[in-house]
Amino acid sequence: MKIFELTRADEPRQAIAAAAKANTAQQGADIRFIAGGTNLVDYMKLNVETPRQLVDVNHLPFDKIEALPDGGLSIGAVVRNSDLAYHPIVRKNYAVLSEALLSGASPQLRNMATTAGNLLQRTRCMYFRDTAMPCNKREPGSGCAAITGANRGLAILGTSEHCIASNPSDMNVALAALEATIHISGPKGERSVTIGDFHLLPGNTPNRETVLEPGDLITHVTLPPPSPGNRSLYLKLRDRASFEFALASAAVVITADGGKITRARVALGGVGTKPWRSMEAEGELTGQSATQAVFQKAAEAALRDAKPQSQNGFKVELAKRCLMHALKLVTQTA
Amino acid sequence: MSNQDETPERPEADTRSAFGQSTRRTFLSRLGMAGLLTTAGPAITTLAQRSEKAEQELSAAAKDAIPVTLHVNGQKHNLRIDPRTTLLDCLREHLHLTGSKKGCDHGQCGACTVHVNGRRMNSCLCLAAMYQGDEITTIEGVGQPGNLHPIQEAFVAHDAYQCGYCTCGQIMSAVALLSEPVGPEDAEVKEFMSGNICRCGAYQNIVEAIQSVRQSTNRQKAG
Repeated sequence: MKIFELTRADEPRQAIAAAAKANTAQQGADIRFIAGGTNLVDYMKLNVETPRQLVDVNHLPFDKIEALPDGGLSIGAVVRNSDLAYHPIVRKNYAVLSEALLSGASPQLRNMATTAGNLLQRTRCMYFRDTAMPCNKREPGSGCAAITGANRGLAILGTSEHCIASNPSDMNVALAALEATIHISGPKGERSVTIGDFHLLPGNTPNRETVLEPGDLITHVTLPPPSPGNRSLYLKLRDRASFEFALASAAVVITADGGKITRARVALGGVGTKPWRSMEAEGELTGQSATQAVFQKAAEAALRDAKPQSQNGFKVELAKRCLMHALKLVTQTA
Repeated sequence: MSNQDETPERPEADTRSAFGQSTRRTFLSRLGMAGLLTTAGPAITTLAQRSEKAEQELSAAAKDAIPVTLHVNGQKHNLRIDPRTTLLDCLREHLHLTGSKKGCDHGQCGACTVHVNGRRMNSCLCLAAMYQGDEITTIEGVGQPGNLHPIQEAFVAHDAYQCGYCTCGQIMSAVALLSEPVGPEDAEVKEFMSGNICRCGAYQNIVEAIQSVRQSTNRQKAG
């Protein structure tokens, strides 16, 4: 691990001022915020992340989960994943988020990991993790070893010729289906970005993963009020029963009336370079009956643009079946 | 690395070996040195250069050392540490609390599990300097010979270990699990223990040990 200066922010403006001096924003930057550290310290040990300064943001007043007047929910940036997963409002109104969080990592890691940290969680691509290998995300222009290498676990949606790294987060997939908004405070003031716009596709710049600019600090995430009568579910498929990243996962939020789907929100995990909202699948479901044939159409629509690599062709069918099964389970009980 | 400013508030004679005596730990570290000396002959120049480099790095680290106060098992410790020091390394190398083990050092195996303010965490991914003011509990603070925690007693009674390397982490997770929202089934216990890997495969007996404590606690509550 490279030496760094450890500093602590007691007020948001201190954190913003410190990070505004960075050359790039957050992921891979020379000045980084640290909260739970589960992802960052891991990557610092591998010299994948080599910040010269860490700003401890654990003491900022962003540790609350609060019901909003409109019926929605505000989730502080440093709320721990375990506290969020077990919060009574989350369990009652946003079951898909609780399930996604509890399907991720281990109890120890969930006690450390935070909302904002999870949003910025970096890929598990083995070439990104290994500084001896080329990786455009870690070292722009060095090439992608994954495209011709071991790519079984990597993305089939949203890839580019420069990067096929999958976003590893479960939480982000649930937030995509719940249409969350990310609230940011930065050197130029405050702004909010929808979860769909927050993560960037790799394109020609896979090193740039989010819209964050130097100094930008995530303060909280808000969820809109739950759609009346909806049922939601997170289904995760992986190589082991627990403590493993998704090969494919589906977050579904469905409102049905007399067997007819009136509103559908669908997002996929484990298959995309970012949390993968599928409006194509939602379009196939809305206004239709909850039948296997309709679920099949939705799954086909969600994976229509999939570009499998040499070792992950199985993910196309796996993701389809994952989504179809999730839809079956969530409408069975509706 | 030495830490001259360390001021533990109780003599640590019980955790450190007295001069001239050997514990398993000091014996193994001497063995390691002897091994190095007997096999390092031909590459002596390189090694010397390397040690010079290591010394420079060490002094750089000493230059960057920061004062840190940690509360561990009810005791306060004032230390000077390199900011890179993880909580795990700080506990083991500075405070000589060697119950917490280093397995993978990447938060994947759970051997390093400790409690911070009553919640279990992977101490290998914690930077020690970020945990000042927090109450840290290690296996040494959970129970001692003659005064074992019920989970420790159950691990003995149910033969819930083989080589023992993962055991301290398993016990720290199991103790924390008792106050977490875990359903009554074995499958739930397995899910909640998924962050602790056991290479010997003592999983079945670990689940039995944990369930025996939970069931006897429930019986006491019912009675």
